[in-house]
Parts: sequence; C-alpha cells; structure tokens
Amino acid sequence: MMDVIVIGAGPAGLAGAIASASFGLKVTVIDEFVKPGGRLIGQLHQEPTGEWWNGIKESERLLQEAKKLSVDIRCGVSVYNLEKDDDLWNVHTNIGTLTAPYVLVATGAAEYPIPLPGWTLPGVMSIGAAQVMTNVHRVEVGKKGIIIGANILAFAILNELQLAGIHVDRIVLPEKSPLSGKAGEPEEVMKSLLNAAHLAPSPLLRMGSRFMKNDSFRKIGMKFFPKNGVKVNGTPLLLRKAAIEIIGTEQVEGVRVADTDENGNIIPGSEKIYEADFVCIAGGLYPLAELAAVSGCPFQYIPELGGHVPIHSELMETPLEGLFVAGNITGIESGKIAMAQGTTAGYTIAKHAGKGGAAINKQLQEAVQNVRSVREQAAIQFNPEINSGRRKMSELWESLYSKNTRENSQIKIG
Amino acid sequence: MTRIINHPILGKLEDKKAVPFTFDGRTFEAFENETIAAALLANGIRKLRVHEDSGTPRGFYCNIGHCMECRVTVNDQANVRACLTVVEKDMVIESGKQHPNIVKRMVEQQ
Repeated sequence: MMDVIVIGAGPAGLAGAIASASFGLKVTVIDEFVKPGGRLIGQLHQEPTGEWWNGIKESERLLQEAKKLSVDIRCGVSVYNLEKDDDLWNVHTNIGTLTAPYVLVATGAAEYPIPLPGWTLPGVMSIGAAQVMTNVHRVEVGKKGIIIGANILAFAILNELQLAGIHVDRIVLPEKSPLSGKAGEPEEVMKSLLNAAHLAPSPLLRMGSRFMKNDSFRKIGMKFFPKNGVKVNGTPLLLRKAAIEIIGTEQVEGVRVADTDENGNIIPGSEKIYEADFVCIAGGLYPLAELAAVSGCPFQYIPELGGHVPIHSELMETPLEGLFVAGNITGIESGKIAMAQGTTAGYTIAKHAGKGGAAINKQLQEAVQNVRSVREQAAIQFNPEINSGRRKMSELWESLYSKNTRENSQIKIG
Repeated sequence: MTRIINHPILGKLEDKKAVPFTFDGRTFEAFENETIAAALLANGIRKLRVHEDSGTPRGFYCNIGHCMECRVTVNDQANVRACLTVVEKDMVIESGKQHPNIVKRMVEQQ
C-alpha cells in the first residue's frame, strides 16, 4: 500500500512528492495530462536578471529527483471522486480506486473564460491552450491572431507566441458586461497592468507608471490613450477597443471590434472587422478546486487568491485529517511559490506520519519561511493583493482550526 | 498549420517517429507521443466535432482537459478528450457528430 497519493504532477505536486518521499514515505503521483510537469512545461520567460526560466528544464529536474526517491508517477489518470473511509482516503480514478492515509491535492488552476458571440468556433482557444500547443506540443496555433483580454498571463504568453514566430496582430479588451467584469473596463485593466509596469517592454507603460498610479492622472491617461494603442513587444495593446463578436463559419475568420470611451462603453458606429485565423481569450486564472470540494473540505471565497479556495493552514493542512493542498489550488501564484508550498506540504505529511523526529518542526518552519521569501522576491504577482489574501486565510485558519484555539475552547467547555 | 521546428530558447524539435492514424476516414501522420488535438492541428484540422444538438462546429478550447470541447470517438469509444489522448498507431478517430433530438423535434412539430 502507498502512504501518500499526490493528485497533480505539476510543480506543487512533484515538490510535495519529493519532500514526503525523502522521509521514506511511499508516494504515488497521478496526473490527467500525458506528461508530468503540469503547466510548468509550457512556461518560458526571461527573469529581470536576464536569465531564462525554462519550465521544461525545471520539471525535468523535479522529475529526476522524484524518480531517485522511487516516487511512482502515472500520467493519463483522471480522478473523479475523493472520499474518506475510516482512516483511509479513497481516490477514484479511471484506472480504479487508489487508497492511502494521506492525499495531497495539487490540481493547480484553470482559466476563466470570457464568453462572447462566436467563442465556440474552432480556432478560438484560451490563452493557456495556445501556450500548451506552442511550447509543449510545438504546433502552430495559427498565422495571425488576436488576444481578447489584457492581463499578466496574456502578456507572458504573448511573448512566448512571439518567440515561436507566431504573429499576434493586436490585443483588445472584451466588451464590458457582467461576464467580462473588470476585464472589460479600461481603467481597471490599466491599474492591474501598472503593477507589472517595471517589467513592461513598452517604454510608454514603463515611464507612465510613475504618475499613472495616481487615480486622476490615470483617468486622464485613459481618456487620451492612443487610438492605435501602445506597442507591447511590437504588438499593439488597444485598451480603448473591445471585441464584440468572433466571426467565421467553419472556423475563425476575424473579430468584430468597436472603439470604446474611457469607461469601456461602446462608441456606436465605430465597428470594424479585423482578420485573424486564431483568437485567444485571456480571462485569468482560478484555483481548480473541484476535488477538494467533493472531498467535503470547507471553502472560503477570497478574491485576492483568485476565487474559492479550500481552507488551509500555512503548513498546507486542510480541516480534514489526512488531506493536504499545495500550489494554485490555494491561490493563484507562480510556479516557484507552488514548489515551495509543495515542499511544505510534503514535510507536513511526513510529520503527520510520525517521521522526522524532533528536527521536523524546524524544517517545517524553514519551509514556511521559504514560501514567504519566494513570494517577496517575486518580480510579478498575478494578484497584487496576494499578501492580504494569504493573511485572511491564515487568520481564518487560526480562528477556526488552530490546535491551540481548539484546545482552549475544549478547556472552556470542560 | 505547421510544427514549430526551430525555437530560439527551446531548441530544435527532435526527430520523432511518424505514427499513421485516420480521422473521419482520411489517413494522417502524427508524431509519437503526441495528443490527438496536436496531431490534427499540425495537419491543419481544427474542427473536431459539431455540437450534438445545434450542429455548429467545435474545436479544442482549453487544451488541458477542463472544457470538454474536443471530444472525439477513438476506436469506437465515444467522448474521448482529444487534448489528453495520445495518438497510437492505426488509431481510428472520428469527429463528434450531431444527434437526432427526438424530444425537441416533437415539441417543434406541435
């Protein structure tokens, strides 16, 4: 029998598997995708130091380390249910039910779609889908594309598409609607982009960031935002244009785009069709938490973390005995944070399993500290309010589930 | 569409074994260990099925198994996700088809 089942072979899952296996635990990692590495294998960007962060190499390193510790990794395995039977967790999969006392759910994130007319046409895909096709499968998604939605993920992948020689013609916003939310409001988009402006390739965004952080300047900036956009790596970013419809019969042929005012409202009569053979919709990421939900784990809605997340401690425990979480399921952050969280979860599992003796507490403290320092050193945050989100979760855990609190309340009752 | 052979950071695409398969009766070549969605796109095919009811064309959307848009029939097994399934030699793949919606037709006729 195995000791630990890790669901998800991404940076969090693999790091968790390595950490728990290093204490002698028998670990099996399962993943739905055809290769291990999770979304790490599509990631490719230049660090502020100039070094390239190559996700394929990172995942290869994790994989070798896991193999050295005899971690059993199985790909193409889909989990559809997760339930506890006495002391053991049953993980129901397409290859049968796996059983273990400890489960680490490291299922990562999925993308918010932004539905608009024509979005079901072949050739329309999420921005992450384009990343996987380009960097993992090495297949061109098209010759000329339009990105709908301007966020950090979209810019990172824009850069990756360009590296692969794929032409992205323009970036526009989605039409303002209850479905597109802030993604359709030029000023809100500008505000979120300014948080990453120190990395922006566009001198205008970079120079502008100093005064554009001021509310009234930003309003003026939006009003006079150039009609032809500002260029991001050579691709025009058009914050005052919105996609109304994706057109085509059998596949994408173009996007109907209209000019908008500084508040994102469509200016009547300004519609124009831009030709394209592929369209990427960039709606941002949310924690992929369904499995934690079917397990019965309680949740909290924390927008700063990306949506609904399972309640968890900084040691990556959930309120359910034997169930642990790590990576983007706990909040949208980088692969580096996911790895640091995975390591913490792995040590915590080892401690629950009675491994590591007296030294484990110190190792755990260091692991938690490492998560914090990796976060502080991060050049970019998907959500600039991440620290406040993490604080909220930590306070929630302390007030509801911390051992000290529980013991105290028991004393009071007694 | 074509394959990205030379990449400035990821390097040259290594030589891979070609694997024959059929899609709706036509024979194509995939690379070994490639997903159905990638193999079809590399051969210029984006339309993987039509909507069961409306008949409108569909392709892959999320490419990582969440959206279920890329369902095809593989060796007679229906509703297989093209983005998560590796092509095997002589695999028989068929696009998803429109189904008769008997209840809807009955309602329409009333």
